[in-house]
Amino acid sequence: MASKAVYSQRDPMLKKRDDFEDILEERRNSSDLRYALRCYAPVVYKGLCPSKAGTLKSMVLQSDQLHYVIHQVCRETGRAVDDVQEEASSILEEMAHRLQLSTVRFFAFTLSKVFKTLFRSICVNEEGIQRLQQVIQEHPVVLLPSHRSYMDFLLMSYLLYTYDLALPVIAAGMDFMGMKFVGEMLRMSGAFFIRRSFGGDKLYWAVFSEYVKTMLKNGFAPVEFFLEGTRSRTSKSLTPKLGLLNIVMDPFFKGEVFDVSLVPVSISYERILEESLYARELLGVPKPKESTSGLIKARKVLSEDYGSIHVYFGQPVSVRSLAEGRVNRCQFNLIPRHIPKKPSEDIHSFVNDSAYRLVRAQEENMVLKPWVLLASLLLQNQVSGQKRGIALDELTEQAVWLRDLSRQYGAFLHWPEHTPPSEVVSSSLSLHRGLVRISEGRVQLALDKAAPGEPRSAVTPEEELLSQAVIILSCASYRNQALHVFLRPALLASAIHTASSNKKQEVFNSFSFLRNMFSNEFILCPGATVQDFEEACYLLVKTGALQVTQQEVLVTERGHRTLVFLTSMLDPFLQGYQVVCRFLCEEATEALTEKQFIPAVRKFIIKHLLAGRLRYTEVLSSDLQKNSLAALLRLGAVRKIKGAEQGTLKVNTVMVNSLEDTLGGKLPTQKAVIARL
Amino acid sequence: MASNSSGGSSDRQRIAQQRLRIIAGHLQRPVDGDSAILAAECKAQGSKPDTSREEKTVPRRRQEIMKWNGWGYSDSRFLFNKKGQAEFTGKRYRLSGMIIPGLKDWFECTFGASLQHKTPATPLLNSSAVQPPTLNEAFVEELKSTGIPFSQDAEDRVFRAHGHCLHEIFALREGKFGRVPDMVVWPNCHNDVVKIVELASKHNVCLIPYGGGTSVSSALECPPEETRSIVSLDTSQMNRILWVDEKNLTAHVEAGIVGQDLERLLNESGYCTGHEPDSMEFSSLGGWVATRASGMKKNIYGNIEDLVVHIKMVTPQGVIEKSCQGPRMSTGPDIHHFIMGSEGTLGVVTEVTMKIRPMPEYQKYGSVVFPNFEQGVACLREVARQRCAPASIRLMDNEQFKFGHALKPQVSSIFTSFLDGLKKFYITKFKGFDPNRLCVATLLFEGDREKVLQHEKQVYDIAAKFGGLAAGEDNGQRGYMLTFVIAYLRDLGMDYYVIGESFETSVPWDRVLDICRNVKARIVRECKERGVQFPPLSTCRVTQTYDAGACVYFYFAFNYRGLSDPVHVYEQVEHAAREEILANGGSLSHHHGVGKLRKEWMRETVSNVGMGMLKSVKDYVDPNNIFGNRNLL
Repeated sequence: MASKAVYSQRDPMLKKRDDFEDILEERRNSSDLRYALRCYAPVVYKGLCPSKAGTLKSMVLQSDQLHYVIHQVCRETGRAVDDVQEEASSILEEMAHRLQLSTVRFFAFTLSKVFKTLFRSICVNEEGIQRLQQVIQEHPVVLLPSHRSYMDFLLMSYLLYTYDLALPVIAAGMDFMGMKFVGEMLRMSGAFFIRRSFGGDKLYWAVFSEYVKTMLKNGFAPVEFFLEGTRSRTSKSLTPKLGLLNIVMDPFFKGEVFDVSLVPVSISYERILEESLYARELLGVPKPKESTSGLIKARKVLSEDYGSIHVYFGQPVSVRSLAEGRVNRCQFNLIPRHIPKKPSEDIHSFVNDSAYRLVRAQEENMVLKPWVLLASLLLQNQVSGQKRGIALDELTEQAVWLRDLSRQYGAFLHWPEHTPPSEVVSSSLSLHRGLVRISEGRVQLALDKAAPGEPRSAVTPEEELLSQAVIILSCASYRNQALHVFLRPALLASAIHTASSNKKQEVFNSFSFLRNMFSNEFILCPGATVQDFEEACYLLVKTGALQVTQQEVLVTERGHRTLVFLTSMLDPFLQGYQVVCRFLCEEATEALTEKQFIPAVRKFIIKHLLAGRLRYTEVLSSDLQKNSLAALLRLGAVRKIKGAEQGTLKVNTVMVNSLEDTLGGKLPTQKAVIARL
Repeated sequence: MASNSSGGSSDRQRIAQQRLRIIAGHLQRPVDGDSAILAAECKAQGSKPDTSREEKTVPRRRQEIMKWNGWGYSDSRFLFNKKGQAEFTGKRYRLSGMIIPGLKDWFECTFGASLQHKTPATPLLNSSAVQPPTLNEAFVEELKSTGIPFSQDAEDRVFRAHGHCLHEIFALREGKFGRVPDMVVWPNCHNDVVKIVELASKHNVCLIPYGGGTSVSSALECPPEETRSIVSLDTSQMNRILWVDEKNLTAHVEAGIVGQDLERLLNESGYCTGHEPDSMEFSSLGGWVATRASGMKKNIYGNIEDLVVHIKMVTPQGVIEKSCQGPRMSTGPDIHHFIMGSEGTLGVVTEVTMKIRPMPEYQKYGSVVFPNFEQGVACLREVARQRCAPASIRLMDNEQFKFGHALKPQVSSIFTSFLDGLKKFYITKFKGFDPNRLCVATLLFEGDREKVLQHEKQVYDIAAKFGGLAAGEDNGQRGYMLTFVIAYLRDLGMDYYVIGESFETSVPWDRVLDICRNVKARIVRECKERGVQFPPLSTCRVTQTYDAGACVYFYFAFNYRGLSDPVHVYEQVEHAAREEILANGGSLSHHHGVGKLRKEWMRETVSNVGMGMLKSVKDYVDPNNIFGNRNLL
């Protein structure tokens, strides 16, 4: 119930985390078949017996909510009631899960085999499991795992089956349905499918929200969905989507349940299965449509070593305690509860804040492997122009330094305790041997590797750049896993760097500007600028890198190294946003549409990279480009014109220019910053 | 229970006869002189202590027959006897003098309480601990000249300084007194009240009207910040029925009369008002008007606002009343609605004309067992939809069902206990009801015999659709009896570290289940968070049905061993429970009123403008805040 875990604590060092246990160990020592066929009798919400999928459907179709909307649709479109009812029923048919224990057992068996081949271990915090078990009996539960891989939801169901917990029903994107057989298999293991976009479709929304609420209210099964909406291709947490969170909180607001427990789950992969797939996607090679044959082709991944997975079931968060003092539930007293209503301003901002807090809670319990630190160091080293890489012992020294720093910042780092650092480093490097090259005791990213089978001469400079970018973006995705640890101090470090003086207020203005600029890029809780600033100051002061007086912010002698590291961490993003700004000023024509934006800006960046005017290859990431555009749209520097040509972008050149200059530290931060210390 | 279904037909008739007596259905009265309805003139001036008033329940010195630090009559109380069995003393009630074998176990299991751990009350009122009165000499002098009786005796004053909120009784049991009235006056009629109010206005004395003293909203508490002399205006001696109009079926009654006297006197001439709030033994007509009271048989007779035809109230600006007794008027906002619910902030209600009805020919109790509370609520909703609610229909949840069960008195015959066993077997084993989920509805039908039986069938048919099983008259009757003794039970709990209270709300039908679940859960959770060692008793019942909603009662009690400030914990939990009620679409109060206890939520309940309207009425009627109990606003 404790909601405290969601609020970041003053001192991250004090964060207490549970121990892990490897569940594959038992699988390696006993029969998978017996495991798949064992007696499964999970505890359920208030001792209710879970109802059949069919009962659930008829409850949804008979609900007041749905009736209301069906009649509304009839009135508006003039269609017959039966007709609309029919449509509702087929929407539900397309959506609904058909959880079957036999399918689950099948998965339990096959996944045991697959997991044992792919992974060294799957570690779970058992205390988290116990907390979950407790809370399932008391309140409806919503599981909120992080989303880095297709594997996530199979893994979640597998774990819950293993621990004899109620199997969740999982919101999955419709694209899975395209995979003929697999789609149905997933459905029978508890997935339900939702269309990616159904903006104005009232009926669809009504069926969907009623379906989820019915499951939740009656405690039929824990509901599971991904706050981030989709898999993060960059390993950074994505800005949370609010739709489903809104739906699962609604029964609490309306008093239909006493409370709802939200359980953030952090799934960290030592090596992500989709590693290079993601990188290619970010570079503009379109993602292959999910198909069964594609999945079979992907089986070559089975022969590789993907290290270990850590799954951390976080502290359950009670919606009731989150909402205490923030949401006035009386607002629902005057309209019948089955009439759909757009969430009010305060509900919306509450759900938004909660979503950020939950994503932060996911981030905080992500396990970081030593490789994450190495990737950060190697990327920085690569950019600094060291063509020959970095000496292994120097890398080890830096890694140890960074290990200590990240721990002080509260990182959940899994660094083997009783192994010499050099061994830790070399074993990490060997697991990721596709990304690094070690020669003559020096380590560097494996950039000069030509595509196999192709003669070098056939490769254009552009193609070579792109193949390097695949390696760099893969590497960056590992570095990104640690970003949330360093983010606030890094923003402060960059602010100190760009601010025109050491005055605290000015540094704060600069910090606040950067934070605002990057709030589409990173998880920064809305309205927490001062809090974030203070946290950053606290961490840097604590580690002796900074002295903060009433008026001034001073970098200490020994803090130099930390600040250089931190600014380099954020630098690719700073540069990336500047390049996007420059592109918009220099090349954006009248007719640039949102669709054309990514290809155009990519071309522009490639040109600059090849000309050597830009150091960071990772700026090629379409994620960064999209985020920067979103930020500029949010700030009003670019506007979308709704007209014949859908989504034409109108650039306010003066404003974009000044944003670019401010990012580059050429202009002092404007008074736009309202918050003061 | 004295009666059971095993009796022969003559026995049956005897029981039916017995049931006809409305109050006697629950209470046994001490032998009275057969008094006709009194149409006495006001004989206030300098009259000697009135001897013709012996038959009335409430004497001036209430402490002579009632507890000064607990509920009800001094001779009636629960106790655990030397054998550890619970018994109810006295002779007034059906349960009086009986052993209740199940209560001890229930009490110990539910609260984790033990008979070893006692918290006895201070036995005697220590007058020296009461603040000496602050008197307004000029007022006292002039009052003396009117001849209206008054007292400055500490016992009299303490008795009128409280209602029956938990914190009030708890303090009395510990022998603690806060601000108490400085004197008590006993007007004898309307004109006496006019004089008192005039004098109070003239000398700037604070008046607090006092009727039955059964308030549970801190309405009678003297505002501690009040510096003026506080005079408690006890209406108990204005207790006559002034006339009965059989052509129009109305009765004109002085407002100090208590419910049981009003019903008894009217019954003697074959009439009744049908207004039976649970507190009717002690609560007064004026109090009902001032708090917008509701009676359990409102389905037939209506709530107080439906029963009242004419009201006379004395205010500092003069007397307010309507000029005629027309049954309905379109003359702007109904001025009665300024009076009803004014909670003693505007004046004293002195006389009321009320509707009366011929006494019902036939009365029948009943009960229905449902497999769970959800089904029970659905049934009540359907009954309300078909507008066929009996005189009273109440639905208790499972905990309350068990509680009611624990209050079964010792049965005399083996046959009865055998029958009970059989019933239990049928319901739980044969019908598959889960004893930890089932709940029971109690019913009371009234009217002519044929119609009652017809009505009964209709209701039982509806109940059957929701899985309800008829469970006999006995269970029904016991359910209603519980109402009258539950307040006594609280005193027993308080002897053994258990404190509790009930509170109510009204809520739309679609919210009934949600509010019941959420409020009960909130109580349990708040208790846990505040360090209460044992899970509390947190239970509810639906007590009234309306077209658009229902009235829900919550009972809440816990064992406070190990808590340093139990009353504070109690108040915090009750506060949280009220917040939960409001958040779930419940009202601030269905019939208890606002008083000072729930004042903080008034603004959000009636809006700023509504608050302004009420304030401006107060400002006009009582600009000097003579009626300074500070309730409501």
